[in-house]
Amino acid sequence: MDKFTVLSAVAAPLPEENIDTDKIIPARFLKTTKRTGLGVHAFDSMRYRADGSENPDFVLNQEPYRKAEILITYDNLGCGSSREHAPWALLDFGIRCVIAPSFADIFHNNCFKNGILPIVLPHDVCEQLMEDARMGGNARLTIDLPRQVVVRPDGTEVPFNVDPLRKKLLLEGLDDIGQTLQHEKEITIFEERRAQAQPWIPRIVLD
Amino acid sequence: MAPRTLFDKIWDSHVVETLPDRTAILYIDRHLVHEVTSPQAFEGLRLSGRRLRHPDATIAVVDHNVPTSDRTQPIEEAESRNQIETLERNVKEFGVPYFPLLSARQGIVHVVGPEQGISLPGMTIVCGDSHTSTHGAMGALAFGIGTSEVEHVMATQTILQKPAKNMKVVVEGQVGPGVTAKDIMLAIIGHIGTAGGTGHVIEFAGSAIRELDMAGRMTLCNMSIEAGARAGLVAPDETTFEYVRGRPFAPKGEAFDEAVAYWKTLAADEGAHYDRVVEMRAEDITPVLTWGTSPETVIPVTGTVPDPAAEADAGRRAQMQRMLDYMGLKAGQKIAGTPVDVVFIGSCTNSRIEDLRSAAAIAAGRKVAAGVRAMIVPGSGIVKAQAEEEGLDKVFLEAGFEWREAGCSMCLGMNPDRLTPGQRCASTSNRNFEGRQGPGGRTHLLSPAMAAAAAVTGCLTDVRELI
Ligand code: SF4
Repeated sequence: MDKFTVLSAVAAPLPEENIDTDKIIPARFLKTTKRTGLGVHAFDSMRYRADGSENPDFVLNQEPYRKAEILITYDNLGCGSSREHAPWALLDFGIRCVIAPSFADIFHNNCFKNGILPIVLPHDVCEQLMEDARMGGNARLTIDLPRQVVVRPDGTEVPFNVDPLRKKLLLEGLDDIGQTLQHEKEITIFEERRAQAQPWIPRIVLD
Repeated sequence: MAPRTLFDKIWDSHVVETLPDRTAILYIDRHLVHEVTSPQAFEGLRLSGRRLRHPDATIAVVDHNVPTSDRTQPIEEAESRNQIETLERNVKEFGVPYFPLLSARQGIVHVVGPEQGISLPGMTIVCGDSHTSTHGAMGALAFGIGTSEVEHVMATQTILQKPAKNMKVVVEGQVGPGVTAKDIMLAIIGHIGTAGGTGHVIEFAGSAIRELDMAGRMTLCNMSIEAGARAGLVAPDETTFEYVRGRPFAPKGEAFDEAVAYWKTLAADEGAHYDRVVEMRAEDITPVLTWGTSPETVIPVTGTVPDPAAEADAGRRAQMQRMLDYMGLKAGQKIAGTPVDVVFIGSCTNSRIEDLRSAAAIAAGRKVAAGVRAMIVPGSGIVKAQAEEEGLDKVFLEAGFEWREAGCSMCLGMNPDRLTPGQRCASTSNRNFEGRQGPGGRTHLLSPAMAAAAAVTGCLTDVRELI
């Protein structure tokens, strides 16, 4: 997982609510057995027309947003299916940060796990940032994770909250498993205690 | 100790450790694995030289991708075949118990778990699929996880999570004829919205819920996720214990009695605190369906398609208009009488034997309307066999339905069962997003009985006219 520290990049405004994971990556692209290569299919139904050509009206098909690394939307981003292909597709497209007034739980979680920083900001702030993003190529947003602020093109700063543990993992580019395995002893103790208290819990063994 | 909810009790009994920021290392009793969200997790284990901590708490099935037609033939779609073969290689390499495609026990993971007695009350259950909430019907804390978490559970038998908030949805009273668990749940989602349960675990309670059989409770918990909740729960009771008794992987004999004694302690304590309580009257719930591309767009089958012009918020208005355009509907039109092209009875929401019986009761002695393709996809090989024993397959076949093999099928259109652009489908599944059942497909979510009614009349129909 790549570290996330300070990101200064083009932001794409996508002023919609309830962008579900089917929209981020439709189910028919889930047949891969790898994590990479989904970027070309990100937002497939909005990004391409029925004949397969690009829809010029869609923001990620326009300059400078083809190179966007930040995405700003309205409420309930990432609702629907829990597919982690959604953050993979975003990441593969180049998105490292998503900003919205609210997120669906699982998607929010999955972003962190894949090195994408999801930021919750009030609706009107998201609107302002979208305005910033509409100013084109020079209007970069800077996401400063160590200081927990979004720096707007005019230099004003918008503070945001982030879970301290999540922040640490992002800053260090650490994966969760390594972290948890530092507590392996406690897991073993838990298992022993449980085996005594609830010996009836069956094991799954096929004959 | 302060009075606790069902969720609090299951949560507390599974916390291995709480990290400084309140994140718990939560112990996981059952991990269900399927072919779509597992390959990258196994890939991760392999790359880091890790093994599964407890293969004997894990079960793998193939469901999302499998063809639901003749299975003695090789799988045609190369990518589907690849995912299935990849899973088969992985379960062998990592020693994971597995129900293969040709096993009678194969089926949709959320049908198989309870059916086999693998999902039990009081447990924590995870699966790389959002509808894992289904297993909450057992009185288990069950939720969907992403692929990185799948790998995390494989390696550590735990998951990192913060406690959810408690929400209770109470439905008191008795539902009228033709109203099923699906109608109750759609009505709830229509009432609280697709973000109504965000951050919460919903416990369903009240006399109308207690009256439901296990299949009904599973339908309810299944769609908790469509209400935005992390999980759904129903307190285990005699109905639950009777359901579990004798299932292949359930505790037997004395162990079963011991388990039941423990399960009886799980119900919420008197005075337990819920962060949010929603109350509904069963008598107010009628047969319902969705008109749009979000599960909250619920209207009674006797109702009309809402008019965006009546919506004050501009964003919502535009969204409603887009839904109408996509769905090929007009504001103000009566929803009943809208012709359908396809009827899909299946999915982890409604593919259990009880669902098939309720559809068969409507289909019996009638014929699928001309020009309608109607398919029945049982949730598992066991459900299919049971239905055949009861002669339901004959009822359906005589009426002109297709009788297929178990799998997810047209619920998400990953296998060849898909809608074509513009086709309208009466579907017992759980999601009606744009393109969910195939690009351009138009989905109306409804109950199995309502789906059967649509099949035999050729249009969206109030099932009560056929009872
Ligand atoms: S039936 Fe549908 S919702 Fe259920 S597990 Fe399969 S794809 Fe997911």
